[in-house]
Amino acid sequence: MPAQIPADSVGLVTPQTVTFPADLQLECGRSLPGYTLVYESYGALNKDHSNAILLCHALSGDHHAAGYHHMDDRKPGWWEHLLGPGKAMDTEQFFFVCANFIGSCKGSTGPASINPETGSPWGLDFPMVTVRDWVKTQADLADHLEIEQWAAVIGGSLGGMQVMQWSMDYPDRLRNAVVIAAAPKLTAQNIAFNEVCRQAIMTDPDFHNGRYYAHDTKPRRGLSLARMIGHITYLSDDAMRTKFGRDTRGGKAFSFGFDVDFEVESYLRYQGSSFVERFDANSYLYITKALDYFDPASAYGGNLAEAFARVQAAFLVVSFSSDWRFSPERSREIVQALYTCNRDVSYAEIEATHGHDSFLMPIPQYVAVLSTYLQRVAEEIGL
Amino acid sequence: MKLRQDLAIIAEWIPPQSRILDLGCGEGELLAYLRAEKDVQGYGVEIEEDRVVAAIRRGIPVIQQDLDQGLKNFADQSVDTVVLSLTLQASTYPRQLLLEMLRVGREVIVTFPNMGHWHARWQLGVLGKMPTTDALPHTWYDTPNIHLCTIRDFEQLCADNGIAIHQRVVLNERRRSTWRNRLLPNLFGEVALYRCALVAR
Repeated sequence: MPAQIPADSVGLVTPQTVTFPADLQLECGRSLPGYTLVYESYGALNKDHSNAILLCHALSGDHHAAGYHHMDDRKPGWWEHLLGPGKAMDTEQFFFVCANFIGSCKGSTGPASINPETGSPWGLDFPMVTVRDWVKTQADLADHLEIEQWAAVIGGSLGGMQVMQWSMDYPDRLRNAVVIAAAPKLTAQNIAFNEVCRQAIMTDPDFHNGRYYAHDTKPRRGLSLARMIGHITYLSDDAMRTKFGRDTRGGKAFSFGFDVDFEVESYLRYQGSSFVERFDANSYLYITKALDYFDPASAYGGNLAEAFARVQAAFLVVSFSSDWRFSPERSREIVQALYTCNRDVSYAEIEATHGHDSFLMPIPQYVAVLSTYLQRVAEEIGL
Repeated sequence: MKLRQDLAIIAEWIPPQSRILDLGCGEGELLAYLRAEKDVQGYGVEIEEDRVVAAIRRGIPVIQQDLDQGLKNFADQSVDTVVLSLTLQASTYPRQLLLEMLRVGREVIVTFPNMGHWHARWQLGVLGKMPTTDALPHTWYDTPNIHLCTIRDFEQLCADNGIAIHQRVVLNERRRSTWRNRLLPNLFGEVALYRCALVAR
């Protein structure tokens, strides 16, 4: 709980909700009979609406990118370190928008929402949604906010995939694309991790084929396990060694049993159980599938440069040295494709020990690259 | 916009509206000039963090990459000119780098400090110590310059590898081209600039 909101925070924010009543045609061939997006914004939109930046969140993220909802919130938004007045993403210059994507569980339409046809939660009847569908809904939001063109679209991880999709699907609606710790598609190993997570959820006896809402329960063990697996892959070997080493909980001797001995076990169990309280298992299934399906080059015989051929935005691509879930090699593929099709692209490979989670951290070189790039964006649009 | 003399010569050699790659671009001075004055499309490649940020500040597309890892991410003949300015002597595999540059670009521009310069010869030959000059200010134990060469050495490398020298300018310690440099470049030249391409087969 912040006794007092820090001066470099956006402070108290209130999420907004907008409903789009028209049918949304989805990539999977099905459609949604209208949908709701919940979003937040930070900073002020200027007169000619030229200073707007869209932020795209990742798997377990949401629309709450910065600030606090209440004075008794334990934690601020997920990008608090980088987003706020005077920060790398400066709310004194730009107007930032972050929307929860559909299929998620934080207020936008998803599998836990009510299916208007049946009057009960969608569960696994919810149609499969993709990165492309998310971008389409974000374009609807841009129309709603009367933002013709984003000064930039920025995202990390799965958010970075949305940024790439934006640049392909709406080439003239963004000036800059900032793709952080992302990949042009998941590797087999990466899909494998997602599948293990999904199996953990779906084989939980409390899963009830996704209709656990009606049974007044949820697949706690499965979702918690999924989160624990995911969390291990978001950290680096080094980061875990530094944070926990082989320390035992409270410095106690081994129990010679199967309860928690090591700090790292305790930490993972905590991560798992707290995640269960704030995330819907069905959403986890849908979102990991969207990750797996993302592969814009597949429509061009695997040629990513061709997928980028219509792109107009200038790119900043950032990766982190210790990130093995979305490794620098994957970011270099993006850079190479943009180079091949003659787009302006800058690439920074940040030395960092935190693994994939580095994109959430205020690492000095990362902050310098991002803030300098956005400063340049501000100059170009005359802010 | 005013460029350092050696960069100004490189800039003259680059045709307007061409596409270039500047390896070891530093803070992107050359590219900023070329983009503004000659409508050149180009990318810088730089490994050092602060310089990457400085290049971004100038609005130069810059790719953070270690040249010792090669240029395999850049396709064959994908640019008109590849520039390597005062960096060849710091690379681990200068010959491979040069050949890689000739694969990526139609033409390459290479500049390096000349170890055949009389001041360097004096220090090594007479004083018996490793030379330090304006262009090579580091002491032997902390220098990043691990592959020093003379003008004669470089031209031998080109001859041995089927590389044609299209143009050469040699500058003295005040970065000027004088009659002495032109007469005895390997003795009076401190910095050598070359414009090369593969010999047509």
